[in-house]
Amino acid sequence: MQAKWGTHGDHPVIALYPNSVQEIYEVTMDAFNLAEKYRTPVILLLDEIIAHMREKIDTDLSKDKEIINRKKPTCKKEDYLAYKHTEDLVPAMADFGSGYRYHVTGLVHDEFGFPSNNSKIADKLIRRLVDKVEKNEEDIVKYEEYMMDDAEIGIVAFGATSRSAKESVDALRSMGIKVGLFRPITIWPFAEKKINEISKKMDKLFVVEMNLGQYVNEVKRASHNGCNVEFLGKIDGNPIAPSEINDFVRGNL
Amino acid sequence: MSVSNIVRDNFRDNKLPHIWCPGCGHGILMHAIARAISNKNIDRDRVCIVSGIGCSSRAPGYMNFNTLHTTHGRALAFATGIKMAEPDMHVIVVTGDGDSAAIGGNHLIHAARRNIDITTIVFNNNIYGMTGGQYSPTTPTNDYGTTAPFGNIDKCFDLCKLVESAGATYVARSTAYHAQGLTKLVEKGMDNKGFSFIEGLSICPTYYGRKNKKGSAVDMMNGLKDNTIDVKAARKKPELAEGKILIGELYNSQEEEYTERYNKIIELFNKE
Repeated sequence: MQAKWGTHGDHPVIALYPNSVQEIYEVTMDAFNLAEKYRTPVILLLDEIIAHMREKIDTDLSKDKEIINRKKPTCKKEDYLAYKHTEDLVPAMADFGSGYRYHVTGLVHDEFGFPSNNSKIADKLIRRLVDKVEKNEEDIVKYEEYMMDDAEIGIVAFGATSRSAKESVDALRSMGIKVGLFRPITIWPFAEKKINEISKKMDKLFVVEMNLGQYVNEVKRASHNGCNVEFLGKIDGNPIAPSEINDFVRGNL
Repeated sequence: MSVSNIVRDNFRDNKLPHIWCPGCGHGILMHAIARAISNKNIDRDRVCIVSGIGCSSRAPGYMNFNTLHTTHGRALAFATGIKMAEPDMHVIVVTGDGDSAAIGGNHLIHAARRNIDITTIVFNNNIYGMTGGQYSPTTPTNDYGTTAPFGNIDKCFDLCKLVESAGATYVARSTAYHAQGLTKLVEKGMDNKGFSFIEGLSICPTYYGRKNKKGSAVDMMNGLKDNTIDVKAARKKPELAEGKILIGELYNSQEEEYTERYNKIIELFNKE
């Protein structure tokens, strides 16, 4: 939530949340690729457990991964507009020193980059920045589904909690409960379409997160009316154990 | 070179007039920087001007170079990144007293400590002008600001002494009144291979002047003349410097520059 709402005003955010050291390695590459492709900062989000973890990794697994670099301008230097409202919403980005001179500012700006108080310019800029991420939700949103094919109830969890949740799925399955795990790797933009699709197939979704309920509200908002969304949270500083998820799911079936 | 050439060569004239209040000293300081760059006759595509937030930090937007208006206090952090990526680029930082000494104070001392080749010009008007006249780290003790209605109880910062002790290799001070002197100091700062710091005393008739009954902009400009003394004259006759602010070149030394040290590390890897 802080990744998305930690600043003032409307702006899009891409935040990626891996759950293992191997995945941190791979998702870091994704983060750079998305930053270059959409010309936006990308937050690589790690919780305390994931960030302090030591695990073996295999760098060969991602050696063939595509490397995306930003679009560079090819127009005449005097025609260059660093923030042009292009059809794909992502204008070409010149390097400082390459001869394409422009202005960068944190203020609302025109297509050249100069600060502007014009309301039409402001509206157009903010919509472009938001749209370039939201209209590409399907490209940006990555997730893992575990035992979801025949699942009747779903657990939604991410980061360290998703590792407990995965173990919990195995345990509950062994008890004959048809449960699956949906784990968003892209935490923002929100997996709106995917959550809606899942909720149509499920009677119940259990959202498990280490707080008093943040992501769960997004899940409730995106879910189909027929699907009940239950929440398990914890804020005492200890991680959520698989047994706690098991007990909660069984107690709320 | 005529003034119109200075404007044509260095400014985005379609972005003018600037936003500063009538009587503000910042335009003169900005002009002195443009003049210094012109005198050095360097490729303008290889000049990058970076600023933070505040009245001072609007300057780069008007200037026709690679320009970057960053977040409050962070101009030196962004400038450090640019200099590390492009060590051959002339990186100039334009910042204010609030921007550089308060929220950006840590960036300032660490940029000085590293002796990174960035020329920093502080437009010091002794107050936060843009946000409404709050006292800043350089507001003199007992002076008034909107947030110091009974007088400022803080001791004010001598930024030149601060950066000198932090490791800057070129330190100078001038004023909006002494624009030609300032131009020379900026040129010498750009020549110095290391962290150069030039304090440009400015005037803010709208807030600092009004709150402290300093009279008109002209009175305040004369104040810059009357309250300062050249450092060389002060050394000859210390009694003349009593109660005055020193201007001119205050410190100059040669030490290894930061990106040069960094390049040595890169070379070490290239050899392996």
